[in-house]
Amino acid sequence: MEFKLFLFWVVSLILVGAAVGVITTRNPVQAALFLVLAFFNSAIIWMLMEAEFLSITLVLVYVGAVMVLFLFVVMMLDINLSPLREGFTRYLPLGGLVAALIVGEIVLLISNKWFSAENFPVPAARPADYSNTEELGVAMYTDYLLQFEIAAVILLVAIIAAIALTMRRRPDTKYQRPAEQVQVRKEDRLRIVSMDSGNQESQ
Amino acid sequence: MIPLSHYLTLGAVLFGLSVAGIFLNRKNIIIILMSIELMLLAVNMNFVAFSYFTGDTAGQVFVFFILTVAAAEAAIGLAILVVLFRNRGTINVSDLDDLKG
Repeated sequence: MEFKLFLFWVVSLILVGAAVGVITTRNPVQAALFLVLAFFNSAIIWMLMEAEFLSITLVLVYVGAVMVLFLFVVMMLDINLSPLREGFTRYLPLGGLVAALIVGEIVLLISNKWFSAENFPVPAARPADYSNTEELGVAMYTDYLLQFEIAAVILLVAIIAAIALTMRRRPDTKYQRPAEQVQVRKEDRLRIVSMDSGNQESQ
Repeated sequence: MIPLSHYLTLGAVLFGLSVAGIFLNRKNIIIILMSIELMLLAVNMNFVAFSYFTGDTAGQVFVFFILTVAAAEAAIGLAILVVLFRNRGTINVSDLDDLKG
């Protein structure tokens, strides 16, 4: 067996196992960690398909940012786990049936001759100086410039929405008012009183 | 050499597992969000595979945009989850029945 095929089998078995772990584990923290494992293994599989930029992006953005956000939220919320597991075995037959039907139908479609190796031969390996990042960047900044800017706007909207949703003002919290602090004058804080000193009386 | 059907089957299995995850964990909204992320990953796997086997970069550009939208979705979804937990003290989906749907 060729090494790339061997690597594909090992990594995809771990990937499927991690996905099973995500949906069956009892603890949401463990589910998030299984999801990190799944993202990392699919990054390896994307690397096998010479999509280097996307696979690094997947590790940086997903494992580095999104999953850490998930872990923060899961650990911040104090959740009682036992009622959340109700109905797990009750819905197991239905969920398993629907999932098996979906997978069966897609595999039936894939096993058709349209997707056979004759119609989609494995491409030859790219030369060593080929830059996937450069090719993606050229496509993104020329043909897909408008979509790229829309993506930037979507991220901005997400930032504003997340802040606006989670920000709250508590009435009993004490605030500083910087505008009033910088406008303060000497007369507001300092009072000079003239009084006799005690030394003169004792003499 | 790894044929195209291997990648597509892997994507299909991941998609089916995440659909099953939504069915099984229908009380726990965090696991549902994670299943949606897994589903987007399965779709991205198909995009990258077809981009590789047809030699067209457009598929990878599309995956880039899906990653952007998925990150925004996760951020807003988790913000809604935090607000929900702060107001109701629970994230059990069956308790969220104010609309009586």
